[in-house]
Amino acid sequence: MDGVAIIGVGLHPFGRFGPKSAIQMGAEAVRAACADAGVGWKDVQFAFGGSAEVDNPDAVVGLLGLTGIQFMDVYNGCATAASALQLAAETIRSGKYDIGVAVGMDKHLPGAFTADPVHYGAPPWYGEMGYFLTTKFFGMKINRYMHDHGISHETLARVAAKAYRNGARNPNAFRRKPLAEDEILSARMLNYPLTQYMFCAPDEGAAAVVLCRADVAHRYTSTPIYLRAATLRTRRYGAHEVHSTWAAVDQDAAPTVYASRAAYEEADLGPEDVDVVQLQDTDAGAEIIHMAENGFCADGAQEALLADGATEIDGPLPINTDGGLIANGEPIGASGLRQVHELVHQLRGTAGDRQVPGTPRVGYAQLYGAPGTAGVSILTT
Amino acid sequence: MFDIDVEIGMREGRRVPKVAFAPDVFTWPADEPRLIGGRCPTCAAVTFPQVASCPRCGSPEMAQHLLPRRGSLWTWTTQDFLPKEPYASGETPETFRPYGVGLVQLGDEVRVEGRLTESDPARLRIGMEVELVVVPFRVDDDGTEIVTYAFQPVRPVQDQRDR
Repeated sequence: MDGVAIIGVGLHPFGRFGPKSAIQMGAEAVRAACADAGVGWKDVQFAFGGSAEVDNPDAVVGLLGLTGIQFMDVYNGCATAASALQLAAETIRSGKYDIGVAVGMDKHLPGAFTADPVHYGAPPWYGEMGYFLTTKFFGMKINRYMHDHGISHETLARVAAKAYRNGARNPNAFRRKPLAEDEILSARMLNYPLTQYMFCAPDEGAAAVVLCRADVAHRYTSTPIYLRAATLRTRRYGAHEVHSTWAAVDQDAAPTVYASRAAYEEADLGPEDVDVVQLQDTDAGAEIIHMAENGFCADGAQEALLADGATEIDGPLPINTDGGLIANGEPIGASGLRQVHELVHQLRGTAGDRQVPGTPRVGYAQLYGAPGTAGVSILTT
Repeated sequence: MFDIDVEIGMREGRRVPKVAFAPDVFTWPADEPRLIGGRCPTCAAVTFPQVASCPRCGSPEMAQHLLPRRGSLWTWTTQDFLPKEPYASGETPETFRPYGVGLVQLGDEVRVEGRLTESDPARLRIGMEVELVVVPFRVDDDGTEIVTYAFQPVRPVQDQRDR
């Protein structure tokens, strides 16, 4: 994908904010993104808004200014924000508009997500019988992965401890208290082998980006960040996915693998070119599996990489530098745009205490969620 | 063939109906219950439960297909917290009993998700042989016992954590 630049990013902190509405948070994120881009809301020609809980994210225009623009709402599970970003980019690339906004916002109740399983294509009894839990799926997936590839419980704890350490350096994060690996390991088990502190929590927040035609980006900023790929894939026959009563014996790779390959091809880059990474760490195990599914290491190599600190902010493969989902929580509609917000700051060199050393040039973001949907974005300076 | 889903059992000296939690999921009543899956007449893909059309080739016809009773535990986890609604066990946070959940490979046909009769990680192993059983799930106010399917280890394993 060529021709699209990100010129502004804005974020409403993630956490819990009492009676404040998701739409209010969304409006603040859009204002921050416009201010960052040096544009006014009146300059924005179109928008895509993503949310799980808000039926009409476009209601944010009531707080920003009723300018009459095209504003479309999207929901695509945990890949909602990737979908909003991709649609915004394609709208610019199509030539229809020159400058637009992608915004995500959400406000979830505490505790594991729930819904009517029928809406996920599962039988009606799936929830009544106690199967309709994403956390249970993640426990099963990492348990098999650990068995097949020699990943230890200590490595799970290392991933979570890194998330809390990075979150402590991020003023916008939900969980900012560092936790030791033994505290994480000895915490309450939720779904074996995953303890309470190895999971992210549904929470609240918003994030927004301003995108424009790459050839006009320098009018707005001296540091445009180019969106080089944005892909989305659903599950194939043979993938073992969330909220499914069965899986085929003939296994196929997870949708992340296909979204990732397509993104590298679109960007004409490979995993070896990537300098800073954001992965869907719904749980510590998911980050480990996603390292391999996105091509950053071989299956099983995570054990040594984590022991060596390779994925720390100052390591050779920095992952989830802002604390990821584990430290930020997951307001579904906003989560993927939080990833982009972090990558843009890393690539501009403005990530402050979390800045990856050197001059990172390529950023990579991956989302994954029910019922088997993955989105990947690649950004470059 | 599977429209009778009530068996009369005994509880506290009284005869009580034992009712499957949903029809068309497992054969019941039965001495050797089996899961009721679907098989595609075109491409032979097997699903559980039977679904309306084939997830592999898109064929709009799926035939009913009884699944093998034994299989191996492909992966598993434990459910250590009380699920929110629509979970319908009738338990409260105080009475909740954690349960195991597995993905069980039945022959070379399909992998199915099911509760496990064992929830102690030290007694569960990937690859262990398990067998389909029907177990109590909930007792309704009128005394009806709701039963569900689960997988039970065929042989116990040594009590030693696999880590």
